[in-house]
Amino acid sequence: MKATVLVRPKPGILDPQGEAVGSALGHLGFEVQDARVGKVIDLEVEAADESAARAQVEQMCERLLANPLIESYEVEIVG
Amino acid sequence: MASPQPRIGVVTYPGSQDDRDALWALAALDAEAVPVWHDERELPDLDAVVLPGGFSYGDHLRCGAIARFSPTTAAVREFAAAGGLVLGICNGFQILCEAGLLPGALLRNESLRFVCRDVPVTVERDDLPFTARCTAGGRLVLPVKHGDGRYLPPPDLDPAQVVLRYVENPNGSVDGIAGVCNEAGNVMGLMPHPEHAVDPLLGSDDGALLLASLVDAARERVLATI
Repeated sequence: MKATVLVRPKPGILDPQGEAVGSALGHLGFEVQDARVGKVIDLEVEAADESAARAQVEQMCERLLANPLIESYEVEIVG
Repeated sequence: MASPQPRIGVVTYPGSQDDRDALWALAALDAEAVPVWHDERELPDLDAVVLPGGFSYGDHLRCGAIARFSPTTAAVREFAAAGGLVLGICNGFQILCEAGLLPGALLRNESLRFVCRDVPVTVERDDLPFTARCTAGGRLVLPVKHGDGRYLPPPDLDPAQVVLRYVENPNGSVDGIAGVCNEAGNVMGLMPHPEHAVDPLLGSDDGALLLASLVDAARERVLATI
């Protein structure tokens, strides 16, 4: 089963990378109010069904993929 | 009786860089410096452990995030839980934060630039095994060299756990925090590199005050067991 994990800097955490990207977009003429940069992790896991896959991937996020102090995560099961 | 030489281990992870300097500095300060390989499940007989700087496991995912699962880190966790002295320098600090042995997290420098220069830091506490040779309120000049050194404390960090503060903040750390300890005071992490500052030829020997404090404390532990 394929899963995608989105990891984002938590609201309120300074994201200088996002600021740099936002300012570069501004230089290109785009009007950007805010930009935040996170990461995408694509996984392929063994699981009986979608909810089992989700439970497994959420465990992975809690234990390794995201640092709860600074990052939030979102799990999408692609199927 | 000659004073005993404490045994201080330095862990080498894949990607550690400052392990040799740490071993050299500890030996120069009259400790028996013991190299420890990252896949050792049990630590040898040690009186203190140093996790050195570098880029363990390529800094993949987050700095220190992978090293946290190495067999030796599990052994270091047990060592710390039993009251053992553990010092994490730079990447070692990042590993200790990721492993939950120290509070907080280290993020990309605010400038997005790697910083490499000597910086003054203020000593906040001189009652720790890592700072006993320092004076609270005094300054040390130590080199920093990191891209991910912006310290973010947890919201409930006890201010008493702040051990070192930058005089001029090189990375955007909250409240200029350069080094912290755990609540018990037996685990400390810092971004500056004391092991690169133990000889005046290197520009500063202030790092020797921190490392010699650790050697003293480790020696006291040996004496306590004789």
